[in-house]
Amino acid sequence: MKPAPFTYQRPSTLAQALTAYAAAPDAKVLAGGQSLIPLLSMRLASIEQLIDINGIDELSSITVDESGVRFGATVRHSELLSHPEVAKVQPLIPAALHHVAHPTIRNRGTTCGSIVHADASGEMPTVFALLDGVLTVQSTRGTRQLSTADLFIGALETSLEHDEIATEVFLPALPVNRGVAFDEIARRHGDYALVGVGAIVGIDDNNSITSVRAGYVSVSEVPAAIDLTEAFPGGVLSDEALAAAGELALTHLEPEADIHATIHYREQLVRVLTKRVVTAAYADAVARRKSSREESS
Amino acid sequence: MTTKSIGEPIKRVEDARLVTGKGRYSDDLMPGALEMAVLRSPLAHAKIISIDIDPVLDVPGVHAVYTYDDLEGPLAEPLPLLIPHPDLTHGRTQYALANGEVNYMGEAVAVVVADNRYIAEDAVNRIVVEYEALPVVVGVDGARKADNLVHEDVPGNVAARMEQGFGDVKKALKKAPNKLTLDLKIERSAASPMEGRGTVARWDQDLKRLSLWSSTQTSTGVRAAVASKLGLDLGQVDLITPDVGGGFGVKIMHPWPEELLVPLAAMNLGKPVKFTEDRREHFISSAHERGQEQHIEVGFDDEGRILGLDFQFWHDHGAYTPYGLIVPIITSTQFLGPYKLPAYHVVFESLYTNTVIVTPYRGAGRPQAVFAMERTMDAIAKHLGMDRAVVRQNNFIQPEEFPYAHGDLNFQDGRPLVYDSGNYPELMEKAKNLVGWGEYEAFRDEAKAEGRKVGIGIACYVEGTGVGPYEGGHVRIETNGKVKVATGLTSQGQGHETAFAQIVADELGAKFEDVEIVTGDTRRMPYSVGTFASRAAVMSGSAIALASRKAREKVLRLAADALEVSEDDLEINDSVVSVKGAPETKIELGTLAVLSNPLRYAFDEASKAATQFAVGDPTKPPIPDGEEPGLEGKDFYSPMRSTFASGIHAVIVETDPETAEISILKYAVVHDCGTLINPMIVEGQIHGGVAQGVGGALYERMEYDENGQLQNASFMDFLIPYVTEVPTKIDIDHQVTPSPLNPLGIKGAGEAGVIPTAAAFAAAIEDAEGITITSMPISPSELYDLRLRDSSAVDERTQA
Ligand SMILES: Cc1cc2nc3c(=O)[nH]c(=O)nc-3n(C[C@H](O)[C@H](O)[C@H](O)COP(=O)(O)OP(=O)(O)OC[C@H]3O[C@@H](n4cnc5c(N)ncnc54)[C@H](O)[C@@H]3O)c2cc1C
Repeated sequence: MKPAPFTYQRPSTLAQALTAYAAAPDAKVLAGGQSLIPLLSMRLASIEQLIDINGIDELSSITVDESGVRFGATVRHSELLSHPEVAKVQPLIPAALHHVAHPTIRNRGTTCGSIVHADASGEMPTVFALLDGVLTVQSTRGTRQLSTADLFIGALETSLEHDEIATEVFLPALPVNRGVAFDEIARRHGDYALVGVGAIVGIDDNNSITSVRAGYVSVSEVPAAIDLTEAFPGGVLSDEALAAAGELALTHLEPEADIHATIHYREQLVRVLTKRVVTAAYADAVARRKSSREESS
Repeated sequence: MTTKSIGEPIKRVEDARLVTGKGRYSDDLMPGALEMAVLRSPLAHAKIISIDIDPVLDVPGVHAVYTYDDLEGPLAEPLPLLIPHPDLTHGRTQYALANGEVNYMGEAVAVVVADNRYIAEDAVNRIVVEYEALPVVVGVDGARKADNLVHEDVPGNVAARMEQGFGDVKKALKKAPNKLTLDLKIERSAASPMEGRGTVARWDQDLKRLSLWSSTQTSTGVRAAVASKLGLDLGQVDLITPDVGGGFGVKIMHPWPEELLVPLAAMNLGKPVKFTEDRREHFISSAHERGQEQHIEVGFDDEGRILGLDFQFWHDHGAYTPYGLIVPIITSTQFLGPYKLPAYHVVFESLYTNTVIVTPYRGAGRPQAVFAMERTMDAIAKHLGMDRAVVRQNNFIQPEEFPYAHGDLNFQDGRPLVYDSGNYPELMEKAKNLVGWGEYEAFRDEAKAEGRKVGIGIACYVEGTGVGPYEGGHVRIETNGKVKVATGLTSQGQGHETAFAQIVADELGAKFEDVEIVTGDTRRMPYSVGTFASRAAVMSGSAIALASRKAREKVLRLAADALEVSEDDLEINDSVVSVKGAPETKIELGTLAVLSNPLRYAFDEASKAATQFAVGDPTKPPIPDGEEPGLEGKDFYSPMRSTFASGIHAVIVETDPETAEISILKYAVVHDCGTLINPMIVEGQIHGGVAQGVGGALYERMEYDENGQLQNASFMDFLIPYVTEVPTKIDIDHQVTPSPLNPLGIKGAGEAGVIPTAAAFAAAIEDAEGITITSMPISPSELYDLRLRDSSAVDERTQA
């Protein structure tokens, strides 16, 4: 379990990194290495050059304002998870990050790297899709801003060109009268989810549901966000509506069997988690509305 | 007065070293040594048409490439069949490197030795092998069908068929008022120690001596195998066991191909060579265990007492049988557990499949046996509508019946299956109290009212521990008062440095802190068997106790002489010998060591005191007749037969009505391993065993596909439970029925935690779900499928 030979560079500015990357057709960017290094060590992938972006200061910041959370390509999962402002502006981020692997891996792995790795069984690509995030990618040719639809084009496949480095992720803030929740079922604590679900539920002043969107982990080829509002006629959160939401979600998903779960079981988890997570997100919306009213009065 | 050390929960002295990263494992040794990588078969069954090593020869940094054609003499013969048995009529073992055919994915085909492992792996990838794929046999089913054969010359894929029993089972079954049939299955798992295999070798051309370090459970076994395969005298080979990062049985298997090829390369190249197995290699080229299918026919009376039982099982032993029939023999005998059967018949077939070999893994055939017997007990209880504990109690061997012989059955040591001591009814009372068996009904009803599903399970076992043939102990008191103790079996983290030192402290009267234990170093103790079968405390503990007693006798002889008193008047406390009632008349152990070794030359203060002009009666020879210089004791312990530990596990689980997730609400263990040397260590063994048992019951399995490809050869997909998956609290109660077979009354404790776990979980899940559980391990996905099948079966029933 040792990688095949490659050369290694650790540029200290983005400009240097972009130049080096453009010049090396068979290169890869090294962020946290929590996905890439195992692939190289097991010789499931081999490359000629590794361009380590961890020495680039300009990629390491987190900025939070009313519009949302903006973070650079070397920001670790654990940094976002422990950032107090992030939780306030977009509580879905920490809710999901809690389910990403274990502390040691979160200390190294980057959230941007996870999104770019585009694994539909990763939590953060789904969060990116669910929140309509924006990814900034740069090359010596210029800068592009990618939305979910532009970014995820296939299983573990993105639209990044061979010379493009992702530099920044933007995840918008949670609007008022919205609540969020995230939950998943994994074989062991911290494992990749058998199924994971995140939801954003919008309500009106009567606590009636106005919108329901859910994102799904491990049951689709590309990270999936689905609008489930139509399952809640009259904005009522009922057992029937929740069940209908699960069935509606399943029409958009493609659960597959593997050694840990059958298709039937994954379908059941989609139903159960849709119910649980939408219910929790609704309760979160109600609680947020209540506490914001209390704050303003 | 010193306090007794045995029985005290003394903190493990090795832990400071091991938990602060100061352990020295095989890969830490000899930095800069050349490293070996192995080319392993990607196919489960194939003929090797050709191997082209030319592309490797010019790779810079490569020192040697070996294939089967490079092996000579005994090394070119198949690897040893370690434990032959008359019923093993078709035993087969692999070659150190494949000889024209591979029989499992992972079998070693060629090795490369290079400057480092990176280059060695690069080179391995350049070797070109042409295979001709052969049909693959996977699983008990595939083996029994025998449409294809693993070995052309082994009909039906059957390596062995073994039959034992006592009483007239046919008659008993015919006459029994109640009868049941069960078909059960246990899947493959593996020991999966944190550290894989590893071997380092250095050949000293000047001394003509091979120094070998291996991550093994048997120092003397590896040494003997290497000497015989490489044509060396035993005396030319030293095997030193470094810290070993876990074994759990897999490292009692030996010699691994690499254990022979590393020293071969070191001798050929005249340079130190190292092999460190990686995780993927461990999955596909070490050993697995547990896979069995079982069929039981049982007849019983209206109180649930078994009148006769017929047990058939099929044991999947993988591609070869280097460890003989040990695992299925254990299953076939330990099946009987704490129960008294008037008539028993067992027959098993040990079957070839194109998968990794099966050799003992902690529990070694017992988890399967206990699963079979305890499922039977539960089935009887259900059939009769009786309490599950009562059915068991009605079948228990009673305390006054020891020693208890199970007919004329033979155990894995080839000796009669005779239990030495125990008290099973009392164990059951303790277990019921600990888990709250009496209050459980009320708890379940309460939970049910809340829409929750809970279930309780109980499982009993008896474990034959401390099998022979022998172990030795050597105790030497140095002039500085340190007590150096050696035993030949090895340590993989069990706490031997602590537990054995406690024995020496008590038996010799030495200060615990002055005792230093060395295990698994053939330079210090060349006679030994190994660490397996929960035998270290029983075997080496007893041997060390006997050796300490011999050293003590000599201490008292010398002290009596020096202090001019009778030996009977002396006592030894905290490394000081003194006259009873006159503690100021005393002499230290270190001083006696000085006196024991009369010297001509002085090189320090201590030795000055021992020179010829300083000590001794000039009218006698410096060393009296019949004595030896030095203050040492050496002895061996060789028991008539195994000693039998016992215990009961009880578990309460909750299953999620929607997701079928299984969580553990309570886990209780009562355990009898005779005298407890160190209760903290015993409890640690139980905790670890239960954790491994939880893995075996709910998480771990080897997923082979129909082509014999192992689908989950990594810790990402082979699910060892994390600390988050094992119970945060395990309730433990001890019972002590000392063994009459050894000087301290010890029984083994190392494997017990893992033995009844799958059986207990199966029972608890069955209780929670009302669905019969016949196969373990079980995942939430499988439980969900069982629910679907059960409800459609119910639908069919109601429609009909
Ligand atoms: C044991 C274990 C458990 C895990 N469990 C989970 C889990 O439960 N959920 C989960 O979501 N993840 C899990 N992960 C993965 C972890 O979250 C990774 O950190 C993440 O997937 C990738 O982030 P990274 O920074 O480590 O990326 P790297 O491994 O460094 O890179 C991953 C890929 O993305 C590319 N890349 C990275 N950054 C950039 C960039 N800025 N521009 C262009 N390309 C880039 C790399 O070239 C590479 O191809 C686990 C990992 C391990 C080892």
